[in-house]
Amino acid sequence: MKKYDIFLAGVGGQGIGLLSETLARAVDYSGQRVIGADTHGLAQRGGMVSSHLRVGTGAHSVLITRHSADLVVALERHEALRGMLDYLKDGGTLVYYDAVWQPLDVRLRRTAQVRNEDIEAEAARKKAKVLRVFKEDLADSRMQNVIIMAELSKAKLIPGVEKEHYTAALSDLLSGRVLEVNLKAFEEVAG
Amino acid sequence: MKSMGEMLLSTGGGSEIVIGNTAIVRAMLEAGVRVATSYPGSPTPEIASAIASIPRERNPMYFEFSVNEKVATEVAFGASINGHLSCVFFKSVGLNVAADTFVQLSMMELIGGMVIVLGDDPGANSSQNEQDNRHYAHLSYTPVFEPATPSEVYVMFKQAADLSRKLRMPVIVRLSTHVCHAKEKVDFGPMPVHEHGNKPLFCMENGPYIPIAADALKMKRRTLHKFWELKDLLEELPVNIVEDNSSERGVITAGAPYLSLMDVLEEVEDKPDVMKLGIVHPLPKNRILQFLKAHKEVKILEELDDVLEREIKAFAYDNGLTTRILGKGDLEDWIGEYTPDKVREVLSKCWPDTFKPVKEPDSPVKLNARPAQMCPGCGHRSAFHAIKLALKDTDITVADIGCHTLGYLEPYRVGQVLLCMGHSTGTAAGLSMFNDSRRVVAFLGDSTFFHAGLPGIVNAVFNKHNLTLIIMENGTTAMTGHQDHPAVGRNFNDVSQKIPVRQVLEGLGVSNIREIDTYNQAGLKEYVEAALEEEGFKVIIARHPCMLKFTREMRKKGKKLPRPVRVGEKCNLKYVCVGQFACPSYQIADGGRVWVQEDLCIGDRSCVQTCPSQAIEPVE
Repeated sequence: MKKYDIFLAGVGGQGIGLLSETLARAVDYSGQRVIGADTHGLAQRGGMVSSHLRVGTGAHSVLITRHSADLVVALERHEALRGMLDYLKDGGTLVYYDAVWQPLDVRLRRTAQVRNEDIEAEAARKKAKVLRVFKEDLADSRMQNVIIMAELSKAKLIPGVEKEHYTAALSDLLSGRVLEVNLKAFEEVAG
Repeated sequence: MKSMGEMLLSTGGGSEIVIGNTAIVRAMLEAGVRVATSYPGSPTPEIASAIASIPRERNPMYFEFSVNEKVATEVAFGASINGHLSCVFFKSVGLNVAADTFVQLSMMELIGGMVIVLGDDPGANSSQNEQDNRHYAHLSYTPVFEPATPSEVYVMFKQAADLSRKLRMPVIVRLSTHVCHAKEKVDFGPMPVHEHGNKPLFCMENGPYIPIAADALKMKRRTLHKFWELKDLLEELPVNIVEDNSSERGVITAGAPYLSLMDVLEEVEDKPDVMKLGIVHPLPKNRILQFLKAHKEVKILEELDDVLEREIKAFAYDNGLTTRILGKGDLEDWIGEYTPDKVREVLSKCWPDTFKPVKEPDSPVKLNARPAQMCPGCGHRSAFHAIKLALKDTDITVADIGCHTLGYLEPYRVGQVLLCMGHSTGTAAGLSMFNDSRRVVAFLGDSTFFHAGLPGIVNAVFNKHNLTLIIMENGTTAMTGHQDHPAVGRNFNDVSQKIPVRQVLEGLGVSNIREIDTYNQAGLKEYVEAALEEEGFKVIIARHPCMLKFTREMRKKGKKLPRPVRVGEKCNLKYVCVGQFACPSYQIADGGRVWVQEDLCIGDRSCVQTCPSQAIEPVE
């Protein structure tokens, strides 16, 4: 693989760090080169956080060039739209967990909350594929990151990365009961 | 689960995916660092997190978070002149705090060696400026390594330590935000066996160590002598990379911008030759001259200031070269991080035939930024909500550094001026002079109180200033990741003596002190109103533990958080909870109804008292 760029976005507190670290290790387990960086200046809960992952020998900087990501993965609806606007290339893929953590502007009733239709419309302009992920019966919202990871695995969205690479990566980073619960949730969705 | 601590200690080495901040700890251990110190500040605190992952009893290295960067530098200095290899690390602006100590280091015979790791922050991601710390290196004749990747961080730290020990002088390893946080697989070598002794080797014969009168000049001469010697040595050190694309054009660059350049070059046909410098001070003059001579045009591609440019232009002038040297263009070239996008833009201005800036696609959709917020349950939110009710529009509020700086954001707008750590009391004192109409209120965090806040407070007592200082005490250094501070009763390694803020204030002679938990909003409001009516220097300690730390600890212990709240039937849409108190848990539904996002609410109930309709109730 020459280059495959993944931009991850969410809100501080959603678990972007763990998601990104797991994906990086999964890519590594698949035998491909991976580099990346989390960008978390003021990552208080509520601020925007993002992470860049770059697969392949053709990637140099850890930061992805704007409008050139092959895949945007978001854990929140507003950040999905932002990630697509800022980083997704035309014809790329957006995968987002449809959680809503309203930004300040929405809460101050200055702008409307982003709707799924807004994301569809922008994706159409970019000729991008969209995968909306939402699990009605998820017991713990802190596992949204594992659910989205399972969807990435199921749809084989990261070239060369298979299910066992994801689970091996998870096992590197978690242990005990937390690992057990996350693996179970992953398996359920990834199949 | 893989253990970071085991990886860092592994005798055989091996490869692992790590960030730059982790790679540097492996390098410290391999180099034989005995004493490491720091004060937390982004982008470097994860260096301490990596150190914390090493089992204490197996860690050959002593580490402490000192009370500020200056003291941290002094502790590392003291260890070094006693024969121990030492290392101090902190963020970009930390060097300003440490500067008085730092600038003396190169004059001293650092017999153990000492490496200063700087986390510069181009783009000001988490700092009050994006200062270019290479200037300090010039000011103090200190060599600077500038790695671009975690692998280079690992290798260059060890080179820096070797050099420092050999020349008995300080050496800087200059990182930047996305070198600290860059992630890649790094190949670690085997762990050398170090025979650490406990014999103090400090000896005045190595001096002089007292830079007074004639000795100051003698010491400067010795420093310059070493620095000159170093210049020759560095020409031969294998830290520079030259990439030959057989072009008449060349680029000289260093650090992370080199990687951005490589990305940009992937997409162009006419690639210039590239020289990447591993050490940016002093420069390898002969190698640079050679590169200049081989090209018609050379672009100096450097982030932030024109430090390389000025020196390289001087080399060319002194040697009568006619190579066209392209430095900084317009002022935008001086601003911001040199990401691949930025590098493309910079190059497109000097070589428009080869490089085109990225065209921003047209989209009718505009999305406003999502600024950082105080967390749900944050005691500062309760404080700002209450304090704002006690203030007049004409009052002047002085912010300081910490989570409470976020009070300047909407909807609170408390905190109108900010310089740096600990400035608030001093600045407020100045604002209070020749001013009998606008009351002045300063804010200060508890870690900052110990870091740089004390002199301003002593000054306010000493010089009888008329202002109100509100100390926002949350029991931790929250913004950088919950490091303990002197009032906590625990340091990085152990339980330690508590130094309570109130006792310190009393010891300093502050006589007008009030203390209150910020969740008592009515009480805090009353205190502020009262203090503002009084003359002199008044301090209010507005206290509530950091709730992010608290909830994390609860969850770690497997304890359930209290039930979240919900908006009940009594709600008549006054929007105080969501619009003024503005806890991020409160959301607006279609039609304007207010609801609580239970994924965010921690059940703290600090919001309940803010509702004019008493509509906030716990979920059944």
